[in-house]
Amino acid sequence: MSEPIAVNGDMAIAMAWKQINPDVVAAYPITPQTIIVEAFSDFVADGTVDSEYVCAESEHSALSICVGSSAAGARVATATASAGLAFMWEMLYVSSSMRTPIVMAVANRTLSGPINIHCDHSDAMGARDSGWLQIFGENVQEAYDNTLLAFRIAEHMKVRLPIMTCLDGFIITHALERFELLEDEKVKAFVGPYQPVRPLLDVKTPTTYGPIAMPEYYYEIKYQIVTAMMNAMDVTRQVMAEFAELTGRKYDLVEGYRTEDAEYLMVAMGSTAGTVRFVVDQLRAQGKKVGAVKVRLFRPFPTDDMAKFLKGKKAVAVLDRAMSPGTGAPLYMDVLESASRMKDAPRISNYVYGLGGRDIMPGQLSTVFEDIMAGKGERVNYLGVRL
Amino acid sequence: MSSNGSSSLPAGGMITEAGSSKKYKTGEWRSERPEVDKEKCTNCLTCWIYCPDNSILVKDEKMVGFKYSHCKGCGICANQCPVKAITMKEEGVE
Repeated sequence: MSEPIAVNGDMAIAMAWKQINPDVVAAYPITPQTIIVEAFSDFVADGTVDSEYVCAESEHSALSICVGSSAAGARVATATASAGLAFMWEMLYVSSSMRTPIVMAVANRTLSGPINIHCDHSDAMGARDSGWLQIFGENVQEAYDNTLLAFRIAEHMKVRLPIMTCLDGFIITHALERFELLEDEKVKAFVGPYQPVRPLLDVKTPTTYGPIAMPEYYYEIKYQIVTAMMNAMDVTRQVMAEFAELTGRKYDLVEGYRTEDAEYLMVAMGSTAGTVRFVVDQLRAQGKKVGAVKVRLFRPFPTDDMAKFLKGKKAVAVLDRAMSPGTGAPLYMDVLESASRMKDAPRISNYVYGLGGRDIMPGQLSTVFEDIMAGKGERVNYLGVRL
Repeated sequence: MSSNGSSSLPAGGMITEAGSSKKYKTGEWRSERPEVDKEKCTNCLTCWIYCPDNSILVKDEKMVGFKYSHCKGCGICANQCPVKAITMKEEGVE
């Protein structure tokens, strides 16, 4: 194993791309993702990668270039955040429907307005129905590891869907952390050469990508994405098992911490999952039967895996770093759905937190546990908001 | 699993052969179909001139019917026919 080094999350992703050496990277810089494409364009200029780097005039164009390149037969990576992801909206659906396995880093940042550059998950949540796979990391190491996993999952012949590797803006993208870089040869062997499917540049087998589909065919073509998403669940498990053998780092779609004899759970995604485990340890020291659940794979949502954690618990708090004004937030809805056919399902509450990058403190999470242990709280709660 | 079901179609609805638009029968869009009364028809071919597709069939300089595989039922032929030999009938109704 190579020596641990200290880099920020963006740099770790750029280093992963450097090792993978994609055929095409097309991007438009936006905070807090900029370091990724900035560092990668240095690698291109220095000749340490031979990727075709396209600095597009907008995110809509950047993803359009990625879709075209992928259809042409290239391995493609890009990165964006916040308004950039929102500006890709149209092309997100085009890329999943055209089955282009693009790997995109999303440095989770809130959406305007009010304009704000800091972390929450509202950008990725807006794209949750677009047919992209979404995997969330908790720290710099996971941002790097998820990137390596992402190419394998997205490009798998049973999946062939684009994937977002999500990392919390600033909290992970800009924080220096100790992390272990895998050796170049190991990464190359793990990710493997790119296998295109009917590439446009293969003139001997002519193919039309993205033709019109009238009402008689549109529905069936969208259903193909449902099938691919379901396949992605097992594919992700297999790829994670292989990765664990290679690195010793064991990952799962949903990961539990001190859940076995717990009566109360807290579910979170991204960097907050670490804070939740810290609070669980504090409360465990006081004899409270609490546990933590981290969702790594958000799309497809591992409903059955989540249900196993929920079964037999008294109450569950779902932390959402996004809101859906007028109803519960996205992660909460998926957790609720996981319990929908469960006998004696736990009482599940939603806690929206950390919007626009507001810090979430361990003390606040302790009060959430106290709330659910006392049977208090609304269905949907807005943690820490001044009324 | 049907022959044109989700799992049988090429991924993303991609078209995997050249020239396949020949197989696309745009006549499926039609909601009304033209019918001709050859007793009244004078073979003036006004319908052939006006048809915005290529759906008036002509043989030996005589109007012999319609190419229903591509006629979209716009009704221009019926409207232009000087002797009212063409009438529009609702599709799916006898």
